[in-house]
Amino acid sequence: MTDYLIQGASILGGDPADLLLRDGRIGDPADATRGTTVVDAAGLVALPGLVDLHTHLREPGREDAETVLTGSRAAARGGFTAVHAMANTDPVADTAGVVEQVWHLGQTGGYCDVRPVGAVTAGLGGQRLAELGAMADSAARVRVFSDDGNCVSDAVLMRRALEYVKAFDGVIAQHAQEPRLTENAQMNEGAVSGVLGMQGWPAVAEEAVIARDCLLAGHVGSRLHVCHVSTAGSVELIRWAKSKGWAITAEVTPHHLLLTDDLVTSFDPIYKVNPPLRTSADVDALRAGLADGTIDCVATDHAPHPTEDKECEWAAAAMGMLGLETALSVVQLAMVDTGRLGWADVADRMSTAPARIGRVSHHGSALGTGSPANVTLVDPSATRVVDPADTASLSRNTPYRAMTLPGSVVATFLRGRATVLDGKLQ
Amino acid sequence: MRHHLLSAGDLTRDDALLILDTAVELRSLADRPIKKLPTLRGRTVVNLFFEDSTRTRISFEAAAKRLSADVINFSAKGSSVSKGESLKDTALTLEAMGADAVVIRHSSSGAPHRLANSGWVRSSVVNAGDGTHEHPTQALLDAFTMRRHLGDLDGRRITIVGDVLHSRVARSNALLLSTLGAEVTLVAPPTLLPVGVDTWPVQTSYDFDSTLDKSDAVMMLRVQHERMNAAFFPSAREYSRRYGLDDRRFARLADHAIVMHPGPMNRGMEISANVADSTRSVIVEQVTNGVAVRMAVLYLLLSGEAQA
Repeated sequence: MTDYLIQGASILGGDPADLLLRDGRIGDPADATRGTTVVDAAGLVALPGLVDLHTHLREPGREDAETVLTGSRAAARGGFTAVHAMANTDPVADTAGVVEQVWHLGQTGGYCDVRPVGAVTAGLGGQRLAELGAMADSAARVRVFSDDGNCVSDAVLMRRALEYVKAFDGVIAQHAQEPRLTENAQMNEGAVSGVLGMQGWPAVAEEAVIARDCLLAGHVGSRLHVCHVSTAGSVELIRWAKSKGWAITAEVTPHHLLLTDDLVTSFDPIYKVNPPLRTSADVDALRAGLADGTIDCVATDHAPHPTEDKECEWAAAAMGMLGLETALSVVQLAMVDTGRLGWADVADRMSTAPARIGRVSHHGSALGTGSPANVTLVDPSATRVVDPADTASLSRNTPYRAMTLPGSVVATFLRGRATVLDGKLQ
Repeated sequence: MRHHLLSAGDLTRDDALLILDTAVELRSLADRPIKKLPTLRGRTVVNLFFEDSTRTRISFEAAAKRLSADVINFSAKGSSVSKGESLKDTALTLEAMGADAVVIRHSSSGAPHRLANSGWVRSSVVNAGDGTHEHPTQALLDAFTMRRHLGDLDGRRITIVGDVLHSRVARSNALLLSTLGAEVTLVAPPTLLPVGVDTWPVQTSYDFDSTLDKSDAVMMLRVQHERMNAAFFPSAREYSRRYGLDDRRFARLADHAIVMHPGPMNRGMEISANVADSTRSVIVEQVTNGVAVRMAVLYLLLSGEAQA
């Protein structure tokens, strides 16, 4: 395997240093030999390979939108070395067989480690628990369980799930959405939905479930992870729950850190997503929450959809947007360039914290000698105009089309192997 | 005048007055034995109706025909739409047939905007009602009717009563009437006012009675019975007692005040039969005026384009 000597990279935004990648680990740069490939990283920031807790890879079932391989390649281009593949596939990832299939596809592809998320309930049906233990014990070693797309709205079922996964140090990742309050909901309920005559998705539908789940997790002493937090009220609730010492973690998506519901006035379903885009006050609160650690991490909720599912009227369109290849740029724009986070914080929010929450070993480590050689090099001074066609994903539904975003991923190394080099997939 | 008519909010005061004044001239045609002008001869207007609405469709059809345009009626029932054809493919088909204007009615809010802004068609798009969003030609015909009876709308007090939450008529009227200088009050039970209505250029009230003596026009909105199943109000009778324009409330209106309804009415629910049939009710006249206003819209959209 090729050894790489990364020269002059700013480690987590700090002083420039060299990194030797050899045998899958970070070695002493002094051990570089004549055969070592040199990567000039002057001006680049080195981060631990990014880890995504929330990715839709669509395989099995919707291979027209994305496959494990294409999604993994998009992940590598975005600087990720590990992603969590959500369970809402067809068939649903609710058995050891399906999660092992997805895990194997990730291994075979080799662009990033694919960690399957197991469904909480059989068939995402919200009626009875899936075989959580079997998925945990499988080769995929599932630790994150989620009915994402659906909320585990039944309080008893949610309580049992939280309790049950303690046996194998699992975590329930809840898609917080009170179903009755959001029937046929199309967008954030507020001034814009009123004017547009769109069925609203009120903030309370998210916050009420988060409040209940935090109380349940506190009561039974379990780990709860809150998916895609989208409202200012949710941030407050999570801050309160953490102050109790409960094992609550939370994620925010890049799009909720940047985009707001006034974009819906275009009626372009590229902005249709669940939970919906909220207001600028929510965006401010989410940025503050991510900065002060109330929100532990950024997760993409990368949701590929084929063209025909977005090229239609709003109500008929699918919910979701691409995220893997733009996540780091959006975080730079929303958090770094605004002075809210330094690069060491970005490493925490996009690698160390999600790896810890997902119990992903060998990812999210400090870039020290002996650590696994999962490294991302980013050029923070670069800018690019987002072109939907310039993607490794099979889908094109990026909401950042034609926007100028800062930062670009120059290289990604997975256990010392370059998956991206000079900005190109290897 | 713009290329499309999508929202009443897109109209400036001058745009709106141009349409309304043009409609006055075209309205006189309705009283002549031969009700036809050659203005749009050779132009094609497509009525693209994804949702049943006989009244609006025949109003647009009459308007286009009186301007000598060719009219194609394309309804979702019996067309390929019911077989699952997308809005895009339908639009491309109409474009290939050479439609100059597409009048679209759709159950999804914003569908006309998609048609107009997606690059699928070059023709003018007229919103004939989209979901619970807007119905701009209805607002224009309402304003036209009010001007005939009340004169200039500056400072006039218009009360709109009923299911504002689900009403495209209320949204378009709130926008257009405030552009024309009227003072609009929306009256509804709190469940049927949208979140964020405080940002609209209107007053709101939960108490119909308190607005009666100040109103120059009262517009009653259709209330669908199924709303009570979703707990918006307890029963049809209770709704009628609190928000219906019955004979008692009608008696409290000023002598010059007019009563309006976009139709179809639920007699005995939001409006009593006596009120609907009274001499101060202009409900039937609204229908006549609708044709004139839609003629003005089609004329200005299509003839403006020819000059450009």
